[in-house]
Amino acid sequence: MNLQIYLILESIPKMLTGLGVTLQLLFLSAVLGLSLGIFLLLMRISGRWYLSLPAFIYIYFFRGTPILVQIFVIYHGFPQFEFIRDSVFWPILREPFGCATLALTLNTGAYVSEILRGGYLGVQRELHEAGMALGLSKLHRFVYVTTPIAVRIAIPAYSNDFISLLKATSLASTITLLDMTGASRTIVAETFAPYEIFISAAIIYMVMTFFIQRGFGRFEKYMSRYVKP
Amino acid sequence: MKDNDNEAKIILQDVCKSFGDFQALNNINLQVNKGEKIVVCGPSGSGKSTMIRCINRLEEHDSGKIIISGRELTNEVKDIDAVRSEVGMVFQNFNLFPHLTVINNLMLALKLVRKMNKSKAREVAMGFLERVQIPEQADKYPIQLSGGQQQRVAIARALCMNPEVMLFDEPTSALDPEMISEVLDVMIDLANEGLTMICVTHEMGFARSVADSIVFMDSGEIVEMKPPDEFFNNPESKRTKAFLSQILSH
Ligand SMILES: Nc1ncnc2c1ncn2[C@@H]1O[C@H](COP(=O)(O)OP(=O)(O)OP(=O)(O)O)[C@@H](O)[C@H]1O
Ligand SMILES: [Mg+2]
Repeated sequence: MNLQIYLILESIPKMLTGLGVTLQLLFLSAVLGLSLGIFLLLMRISGRWYLSLPAFIYIYFFRGTPILVQIFVIYHGFPQFEFIRDSVFWPILREPFGCATLALTLNTGAYVSEILRGGYLGVQRELHEAGMALGLSKLHRFVYVTTPIAVRIAIPAYSNDFISLLKATSLASTITLLDMTGASRTIVAETFAPYEIFISAAIIYMVMTFFIQRGFGRFEKYMSRYVKP
Repeated sequence: MKDNDNEAKIILQDVCKSFGDFQALNNINLQVNKGEKIVVCGPSGSGKSTMIRCINRLEEHDSGKIIISGRELTNEVKDIDAVRSEVGMVFQNFNLFPHLTVINNLMLALKLVRKMNKSKAREVAMGFLERVQIPEQADKYPIQLSGGQQQRVAIARALCMNPEVMLFDEPTSALDPEMISEVLDVMIDLANEGLTMICVTHEMGFARSVADSIVFMDSGEIVEMKPPDEFFNNPESKRTKAFLSQILSH
C-alpha cells in the first residue's frame, strides 16, 4: 500500500477549518468548565450539607456517565421538552455547537472541581493555622494562602484533564459538527482514503497535545519556583 | 489603660478541653500580666501546645474562660480575627508561607489586616527583618533559608503585627543544635524589651535567664508554677522532680 501524499496536502486546508471549531470547543468549554469547577469546589468545601451534597451528586453523576451519552441526551433529548424550546437558552441548545460545548463544560467542570479539591486538600493544615494566627480572615486565607498552593498542586492533574478535553471535543462530530474529526470524516467520504486522512488528523491532535503539555509544563515550573532551592 | 503595669494580658479560668474522650486540658488557671515571661514545660502529651493554641483559638476550649486584653474568646468571628492579630504565634515548624518570599511573608498581614499600603508595609517589614538580622534574605523563598533563619523570619512575621503577646510553641526543637542559639538570642532580646511572652520550651538555660515564672504541666494540668530559682532548686511535686531530673541529666 502506498501513501497518497498529495491527498494529505490537499485535505489539510479543509482540516484546518475543522481545527478552528475544535479549538473553539476546547477553549470555551475549558474556561466555562473551570468556572463551574471552582463554583462546585466552593460548594463542596463550604461545610454546609445543602451546598456540598448537591455538588457531590452532580460530580458523581457526570463522572459516572460517558460524555458521548451526555452529548446525546442534550442534543437529542432536550428538544423534546417544550420548556427548553421556549427558554432563552434555546438559540444555543438548538445548535450542535451549543450542545457540544454545554456537554463538555458540564463534564469537565465535574472533573476540574475534583482536581482542585485535591489541590485544596493538599495544602498543609499548618499553613491555614499560620494565616489564622496572623488574624487573616477566612476569605483572605483562601485567596492568598490556600489558592496559590492548591493551584500548584493541581496543575499536573489539570493538564491531563485539559488534554482529555481536547480529545473529547472529537465526540462533537457525532452530532454533525465539523470539528477536526468531523471535517476528516467528510473528506474521507469524498476521497475514500481513510488511512491518510485520519492519520493526518491524529498527527494534528498529537502536535496540539505536545504544545499543551509544554505550556502547562512551563506554568508548573513557574508555580513551583519556590519548591526547590 | 494599657500603661497599667499590672494589667492582665491573658487570663485563663478553669479552662477545660477534650479531644473526644481524652481530656487534654483539665481546669487550667493562669494569669499573665503585661511584660511577664512565662516558660511552659512538661512531658510530651501533657497539653502544652493545646493550652497555648487555645489562647489564640486555634483550638476551642470546651468550658472555662479565656480573656485576652479584656476580650473574652467566644464564637464571634470578628472578635477572633481581631484577637488573633494582637497575639503573635511562632510554631515549631516555622509555618512560613512557602509560595511567598520572606518579605512578602511579612507584608501579607500588614497589607490585609493592618491595611497598610505596599510601601509602608515594606518599610515596616524590613525594619523587623533587620531586627532579627536577616534583611539580606528579604527576596528569597523560605526554602532557600536555613532552619534558624526561617524561624527568625517567622518571629519577625509575628512581630510585624505589633502583638501585645507572643506565643512560642517549641520554637527551637525542630532546629539543628548549631542554630538554636541564633533563635534564642532573638527571643532573649524580645524578653529584655518587655514583650509579654508565653514560651513552651525545654531550653532550661533560656528559662532560667528569661522567665518570670516557669509552669510545669502534666496530664493536662498545671502542676506547679514558680519563679525559676525556686522551680529548679525547690520543686514541690514529685512529678516536677522526676521531670527535672530527666531533662537536666542531658
Ligand atoms: N487535634 C487533636 N485530636 C486529638 N487529640 C489531640 C489533638 N491535639 C492534641 N491531642 C492530644 O492531646 C494531648 C496533648 O497534646 P499537646 O499537643 O497539647 O501536648 P504537648 O504537651 O504539646 O506535647 P509535645 O511536647 O509532644 O508537643 C496529647 O495526648 C495529644 O495526643
Ligand atoms: Mg506540643
